[in-house]
Amino acid sequence: MPRAEPSLSSAAAPPPIECRNLWKIFGDRAAEALRAAKEEGLGKTELLSRLNCVVGVADATFSVGEGEIFCIMGLSGSGKSTLVRHINRLIEPTDGRVLFKGEDVGALDEEQLRHLRSTRIAMVFQHMALLPHRNVRDNVGFALELRQVPRKARAEVAERALHMVELAGWENHYPDELSGGMKQRVGLARALAADPEVLLMDEPFSALDPLIRRQLQDQFLDLAEKMRKTTVFITHDLDEAIRLGNHIAIMKDGRLAQIGTPEDIVTNPRDDYVADFVAGISRLKLVYAHTVMQPIDAWRANGDGDLEGAPVAPPDVDLDHLVNLACDTDLPTVIEADGKAIGVVTKRALLRGIQGRSEAAPA
Amino acid sequence: MSREATFLDPFAETLIPLDGWVDQGIRWLVDNYRPLFQTIKWPIDQMLKGFDWALNSVPPTLMIVFFALVAWQIAGGRLAIGTIASLILVGLIGVWSQTMTTLSIVFTALVICLLFGIPLGILAARNDRFQAFIRPVLDGMQTIPAFVYLVPVVMLFGIGNVPGVIVTIVFAIPPVIRLTNLGIRQVPADVVEATLAFGARPAQLLLKVQLPLAMPTIMAGVNQTLMMSLSMVVVASMIAVGGLGQMVLRGIGRLDMGLATVGGLGIVILAIVLDRITQAVGEERRRRVHVPWFRQGPAGMVLKVLGSRERRIGPSLPR
Repeated sequence: MPRAEPSLSSAAAPPPIECRNLWKIFGDRAAEALRAAKEEGLGKTELLSRLNCVVGVADATFSVGEGEIFCIMGLSGSGKSTLVRHINRLIEPTDGRVLFKGEDVGALDEEQLRHLRSTRIAMVFQHMALLPHRNVRDNVGFALELRQVPRKARAEVAERALHMVELAGWENHYPDELSGGMKQRVGLARALAADPEVLLMDEPFSALDPLIRRQLQDQFLDLAEKMRKTTVFITHDLDEAIRLGNHIAIMKDGRLAQIGTPEDIVTNPRDDYVADFVAGISRLKLVYAHTVMQPIDAWRANGDGDLEGAPVAPPDVDLDHLVNLACDTDLPTVIEADGKAIGVVTKRALLRGIQGRSEAAPA
Repeated sequence: MSREATFLDPFAETLIPLDGWVDQGIRWLVDNYRPLFQTIKWPIDQMLKGFDWALNSVPPTLMIVFFALVAWQIAGGRLAIGTIASLILVGLIGVWSQTMTTLSIVFTALVICLLFGIPLGILAARNDRFQAFIRPVLDGMQTIPAFVYLVPVVMLFGIGNVPGVIVTIVFAIPPVIRLTNLGIRQVPADVVEATLAFGARPAQLLLKVQLPLAMPTIMAGVNQTLMMSLSMVVVASMIAVGGLGQMVLRGIGRLDMGLATVGGLGIVILAIVLDRITQAVGEERRRRVHVPWFRQGPAGMVLKVLGSRERRIGPSLPR
């Protein structure tokens, strides 16, 4: 079953995070490079060779909905970590704006920025970045300590946060006594302790081995389900992005190549780069019946035979489920919505759908 | 003027009379600002007298016990035994009071070195331009032969223990500045970034993250500063600084090898004991022993005794 979509109903409220035409160019001649990139459309390599400037982020525009997990996926060097650091202004943009709940992050003064960082946006880092000289409790309570919350209150919050990441009882241990996965759970607890409105996660699971990574992904999904925190999640692993994200942005050379739902990206890659990426992805859990089905009218018009006794499924089941139904019969599967047949999935369409060639559905 | 300057031999004449300028400059300083330098002397003098009084008025036996406890607390039982043996040897060869005098000079120099060195090191770590400026200055302070600045210091401050401390500071302060700078710069960038990402002020970043993580390196600087101030003891004795250095100097002057050896041995023993104790402070932090210092060594034992007594009558100390 697809994960419940986050409620995007309150259309009036500004989205938690919005980036508009964000540019980041590193180098002494950044302003010049920005003009060249905007007006002459110079690419990353030309800017590097001509002006000795490195493009971090190029013209990124996106918004993140309330309570959703927004994955930014790209290879190393694609600018995804640079991009996410603009949201809490660890990096100042060369051009463009970042809005946090409609408020311009770039216009905040130092005090307001500190407030934003300590109470509203929390971050989890790839290499955990725990403080080695403090025990787990003091690490988790660090953000609260920075805003002078008394020790006792901090300890209570830390205990609660550690309980959430299933590390209760480890308060008195030090980071060097923990495994990689445990350290990153402490990192997550540290971010959650401040009860922020937004979580920024910069490749939090990339440094972990595959098994632990999967466990942490599951744990994180559980937590996300409960807390419904708006999350920007950076990863270089498309599988991870698909497992976790409500929306995925694919990044290449500082540009956002495509933004969409996981299914959207896998079934409708916008260019060859994205297509290459999604080529090896299993569609079984990602593509739903309504994508591969043939409309019932087209079926009837062809007069392709009787549907008596055929299995029935709703349009939002995934291919995996359809395979199970198709195994037990020779007939195609009927897709029904509100008690009415709306389409048909033949075995041929199902197999092609798994392959990723949608010939059954009108493309 | 024997030779003419030619293209191939342009340095026949001295065109920049630096020596004259320096000479005039110092004379001018002495003529106009001597009272100022005499004022600077005062706080150093007070500190020196304080240390000297404290170290020399306590009976040697108590002093040995005190040093042994400090060594035990910081570096463990083995060093405590070594400290006791070393200090007893110092007393037996008859240089106890000179050793205490030298110690008071070294401690005074160390306190002032830390007072100025650590803030300067922090400044250098935060400001690349200041670092670029101070590095050659520190190189100079460490390489200029002490005799070069011995004379101007005497002209400005006179002779005695206080100018001795000043000469020692010039030579001994560079390591603590350098290593404070290095230690702060070596704090991992991702930890600093994380600290800022949680909304830390610059002062919080420094006090809660950078200084604690730089502490092993800073302690290595403190250790070096201490060792270098000990190595200045003999040179400083040339401007009438008392203590072990003077014994060595007098011994050499009179060809009294016995006197020189006894003084020299005192310096070496002092150096070894101080080195081991200060090194242990840094090492313990590097090994990341997660037991607070007050739960170790003699203080830990005292707390444990107090704790068990308290447990019988009331709540115990929080663990």
